[in-house]
Amino acid sequence: MQTLVDLDKVSLSYTPEDSLVLAETSLRIQEGEFVAIVGPSGCGKSTILKLISGLISSQTGDVLVEGKAVKGAVKIVGLAFQNPTLLPWRTTLDNVLLPLEVVEPHRFQFKAKKQEYIKKAKALLNRVGLSGAEEKFPWELSGGMQQRANLCRALIHEPKLLLLDEPFGALDAFTREELWGVLRDLWQLQKFTVVLVTHDLQESVFLADTVYVMSARPGRILFTKAVDLPRPRTLEHIFEESFVAIVHELREHISIARQGT
Amino acid sequence: MNLKNFLNRYSSLLVVIGGLILWQLVCTVFQIPDYIFPSPLKICESLIEFHQPIFEHALQTLYTTIIGFAIAVIFGMWLGVVIGTSPLIYRALYPILVGFNSVPKVALVPILIIWFGSGTLPAVITAFIISFFPIVVNVATGLATIEPELKDVLRSLGATERDVLIKVGIPRSLPYFFASLKIAVTLAFVGSVISETVASNKGVGYLMISASSNFDTPLVFAGLVVIAVMGIGMYEIFARLEGKMTHWAQRDQVSAR
Repeated sequence: MQTLVDLDKVSLSYTPEDSLVLAETSLRIQEGEFVAIVGPSGCGKSTILKLISGLISSQTGDVLVEGKAVKGAVKIVGLAFQNPTLLPWRTTLDNVLLPLEVVEPHRFQFKAKKQEYIKKAKALLNRVGLSGAEEKFPWELSGGMQQRANLCRALIHEPKLLLLDEPFGALDAFTREELWGVLRDLWQLQKFTVVLVTHDLQESVFLADTVYVMSARPGRILFTKAVDLPRPRTLEHIFEESFVAIVHELREHISIARQGT
Repeated sequence: MNLKNFLNRYSSLLVVIGGLILWQLVCTVFQIPDYIFPSPLKICESLIEFHQPIFEHALQTLYTTIIGFAIAVIFGMWLGVVIGTSPLIYRALYPILVGFNSVPKVALVPILIIWFGSGTLPAVITAFIISFFPIVVNVATGLATIEPELKDVLRSLGATERDVLIKVGIPRSLPYFFASLKIAVTLAFVGSVISETVASNKGVGYLMISASSNFDTPLVFAGLVVIAVMGIGMYEIFARLEGKMTHWAQRDQVSAR
């Protein structure tokens, strides 16, 4: 296994006057690993995603992706947020195709290879259970369906690294659990690397290989937990003792982290 | 077809007809002289009697309005994009724009006349300066309110500012843009008529001023009617265009109509 992402003692504040958002955070993510980051609100979880994707840069410390220091857009990432931000004037299919119109090298081949791309997008939509919704507009879809399309948009260019910022936070409990399964299956099929930022401890244990607990601002990694539960995990596992024990352990560390505020 | 559907459909027409009947009744019953407050019938007579000069003057007003409005659309779109995509330029220019928009445009007409003489040119310019502001503000708003998450998604893929503008910014600001066109085109009429009333020998504004100096009040009102009709016509054209171009943004209104 190779290291894909390496954060070494990264510190950052958004403006010089502000207090630190991250304080000497170190984190190493292997290729193909599913990582979850949990922690109190405002602890800089999302900031880590922005650092990895090259949207912002750190003041001190090194951020390496594929062994190279991150400078500007990383381009091997797919991003998805809690807010699906699908474009309302595009159909679901055209929304999923959007990254291919922008990212290299696909943007230069988009016209020539359009049929191939459409086929690929349809296959992906089919895999997340959205076949039949290709020609629908996002506002004709439910929240869960929009989030599925959002995942497809983040994955269409086959990124090595999928960065998810509380993607299921705004969904109801049943839809959320359904989408855990969708994400698990997508990951097991394609084996990209995932960094999932979440508030939901069950979600982190269900999906991840490694869960990182962050402290309150300024964020640091307080605790690292390798989740060695067998795969594939199903929703029934959530109520098993070994699963519950890990969730409890994480919860204790979160409450310690929260007391810091 | 029940009463509610009927009312929904024809309510605006009913209000106009009802208003005209009431107006006519008031004028007839109280025997108000025409030179003070002409009745609708009298205005109609005037419209028919002077239809030839009214038509010519209306054409002139329509012409100056459309040219001024067209310049406002091009300039407004350009300035809106510039302001909406650059927070720095936004901060630098916005106070000036608001200040400029607060100045009554009628006060500028005398200056324009000193610079450009009387007639068509100041009317076009007045129509332009009165109507570009809502276009600028709306286009800038549409661009400035792009979801930051969406920008992040695209920028992490290496999208340039230009990519974001073309793929997201411009389509996203179209509903704002078309909404502003409806307002801007009616304002453009106000602009050209103001200018015509101050210094011109053509246009509905001039027609009304000369009619008023002859105490031909029915003809003044006829001029008002012509402006209103042209305004409604242009508004309707841009409302339809808006519906066609940005149907995805109107999904809530479709059922309400």
